[in-house]
Amino acid sequence: MNSGIRRVGAGMIVLFVALVGQLTYLQVWRAESLAEDPSNIRIFIRDIARPRGPILTADGEIVARSLDTGDELKQQRTYPLDSLFAHVAGYQSIVYGNTGVEAAYNDELVGRDIAISLRSIDQVIRGYDPEGTVVLTLSLAAQEAARDALRGQAGSIVVLDVRSGAVVAMYSEPTYDPNALASHDVEEVQAVRKILEAHPGNPELARAWRERYPAGSTFKVITTAVALDNNVTTPDTEYPVLSEIVPPQTTRPIQNFGGKACGGTLAESFRDSCNTTFAQIGLDLGERFAEGVERFGINTSPPDADVNPTVVESIGPVRGAFDLDKPSFAQAAIGQGPVAVTPLEMALVAASVANDGMMMVPHVAAEIRDADGVVTERIEPEEWRRAMSVAAAGQLTTLMRDVVDNGTGRSAAIPGIPVAGKTGTAQAPVGANHAWFIGFAPADDPVYAIAVLVEHGGELGDDATGGRVAAPMARDVLSRLLQG
Amino acid sequence: MRRLAPNADGTLLPIAALLNGIGFVTIARLDEDLARIQAVWTAVGVGAFIATLLIVRRTRTIERYRYTLLLVGVGFLLLPLVPGIGRTINGARLWASLGPLNFQPGEAAKVLLVAFFAGYLVDKRELLTAGSVRLGRMHLPALRHLGPLMLAWGASIVVMVLEKDLGSSLLFFGVFASMLYMATGRSAYLLGALVLFAVGAAIAAQSFGHVQVRIDTWLDPWSDAQDSGYQVIQSWFAFGTGGLAGTGLGLGNPDKIPAAATDFVFSAIGEELGLIGSVGVLLCFLLLVGSGYRIAVQSPRPFPKLFAAGLTTILGLQTFVIVGGVTRLIPLTGITLPWVSYGGSSLVANFAILALLLRVSDETVSDPVRPARR
Repeated sequence: MNSGIRRVGAGMIVLFVALVGQLTYLQVWRAESLAEDPSNIRIFIRDIARPRGPILTADGEIVARSLDTGDELKQQRTYPLDSLFAHVAGYQSIVYGNTGVEAAYNDELVGRDIAISLRSIDQVIRGYDPEGTVVLTLSLAAQEAARDALRGQAGSIVVLDVRSGAVVAMYSEPTYDPNALASHDVEEVQAVRKILEAHPGNPELARAWRERYPAGSTFKVITTAVALDNNVTTPDTEYPVLSEIVPPQTTRPIQNFGGKACGGTLAESFRDSCNTTFAQIGLDLGERFAEGVERFGINTSPPDADVNPTVVESIGPVRGAFDLDKPSFAQAAIGQGPVAVTPLEMALVAASVANDGMMMVPHVAAEIRDADGVVTERIEPEEWRRAMSVAAAGQLTTLMRDVVDNGTGRSAAIPGIPVAGKTGTAQAPVGANHAWFIGFAPADDPVYAIAVLVEHGGELGDDATGGRVAAPMARDVLSRLLQG
Repeated sequence: MRRLAPNADGTLLPIAALLNGIGFVTIARLDEDLARIQAVWTAVGVGAFIATLLIVRRTRTIERYRYTLLLVGVGFLLLPLVPGIGRTINGARLWASLGPLNFQPGEAAKVLLVAFFAGYLVDKRELLTAGSVRLGRMHLPALRHLGPLMLAWGASIVVMVLEKDLGSSLLFFGVFASMLYMATGRSAYLLGALVLFAVGAAIAAQSFGHVQVRIDTWLDPWSDAQDSGYQVIQSWFAFGTGGLAGTGLGLGNPDKIPAAATDFVFSAIGEELGLIGSVGVLLCFLLLVGSGYRIAVQSPRPFPKLFAAGLTTILGLQTFVIVGGVTRLIPLTGITLPWVSYGGSSLVANFAILALLLRVSDETVSDPVRPARR
């Protein structure tokens, strides 16, 4: 009988070894994939129930913070500034997950960030709070200036620090109140989402970096930079005075704005935004144009900015298309045809001119602090790509100053502060033209770059131009930032 | 215990107490009200432990009353099927309700039936081993010897199937088959039992919808992740989230697994204490089972030997069936994890098993026999 018992005992050991094997498979081999499975709500609940640090503006205002609720989820996110930072800061929803900074810096906010937890190992015993504070590069003052300038018209304003790529303001209209989506009442959240989705303006769309528009004449900054660096033109190169130009392979002419005759030197053409001159430059560049726009991050992967959802790719003339489709290159040179860009991209273009031709990676967070207020991580400026030569940047600065001083962008001028810029009035596929302005100030010692887009001209509709609608908004924002 | 069974094995009770403690902490973390009831049941269990030691002073008593025990055991098994007393909870009809008291008589029945089996097998061991009927190259014992055994075995399994208690029928089957093997040393019985089991399982899968669902869920829980596969998937998530070291007690979300305090208590331990905790608990059971078999091997008399081995097999198999079920190693069947799961009947029965094992162990030392034969 004993040998039977021993064999059964051995069999039992085999069964237990199988159990340990299965446990090891689940808890070691599959642990990560199971823990992060999208239908495993544990991590998500833990993130919500965990203490979560606040999000602050650069000037110390609270964008997001957690309030104790006493329910299962322990705390609820509130956004005291309502809709002002909705697209950038995002929200934490138990139904739809996190967006914006709440998603991009989730680990830092809940203290799962290595820099914070390493520091806190010795403080675990003392009941140390691991949660981090995210300080934005955006300021309340700049964001309010952008909102006030748009006056509720659909569009977007992006302000960048030209040296660091830090986003100073990034506001899109229409926007929404993230508080409603952060509610713990699932049905309420779903109802609010339904209303937002039914809204024709799509308020949840972060127009600044998620929507593409034809760039119109603001694209001439890129066209000019590529042409200067390819020695296809100089500021003094003479172009014929024309009212329209017919590119090869088509009978459809490209006209100047209002059908006026326009031309002269490159500088004069730039100041008056002559379509005929730049269409010619686009044709002169040919394939080099398609290669050149890639240096601005167009037709390539967008910058790795710390926004959520990520930046969409901007589109321009495509490599290899010139021989078959020359008109598209002429159109692209004036920001029409294939061109479709985000307001953020155009702000980066203006900033690169101001920053001696170097494009920086944009970022919305400045630093992470631990619960004691000690800075644990600083988001350092990072070069993204050299868009143009230092020389071309200098020449473009002169050209863009002339636009504000004497050309189409005069309404962007600020008394006492030199401003450089370029207007754009972009034909939309349907509806009135989009009004654009991109630029920077002070032009002699740049601090801020700006892009303003007003969808379909805003209140002025068909009467709108970049100079009439967008340039004054840029002036309002820049003067508030530079003069207080 | 010192007084009641002074020479008993010293490892069993501490391990059981440890498991009971781990289970209590986990239950308390899940649901304080359940923990309060569990504390009462633990006291009752300890009472049952002492009572068992007091009443069963000699295992020979059990051997003598084996047919009585069979009767009582089968009676207990049938109790849930009696109208007015039986109650269906969570789809399984294995509860009996007497006055204010709800309990699972099957838990007691398994101990009683193991006692009967041990007694009967020891009695008829020679006959069963030798075999008097030839069937081809096989020697089979006469039907009249095997008959009562098969009857008890079959009846208990049929009853369990009627009560929709798959886990217990699996457990009964495994325990009795291995007891038959241990008693006779003939692997033909084990083989025959396996064939029988395969046939039975196939028939059950064909004819009972809930068995088919269990098997489908085991093979692919994700095809019905929101319904029949939900428990096992949540259990997997719990183990995965726990990882190596676990989330820490009170810091996980084991409440997301349905029945976390009873059938899935092991998943809750796996989530909050990690692989370290889950394997630790398994090692406790392995130690327990190892001690149980050692007691069986050391016992000089055949009945206590087989009785102890059978009781130990119950503990081991029950652990395997439920842990294998919640980790999806085998199809899930709802039974308790001994001492750890919430559940009064199970707790009391397991403390009784513990007492009986200790009694056998005590007898080995206090009542030695010179083997007359061999």
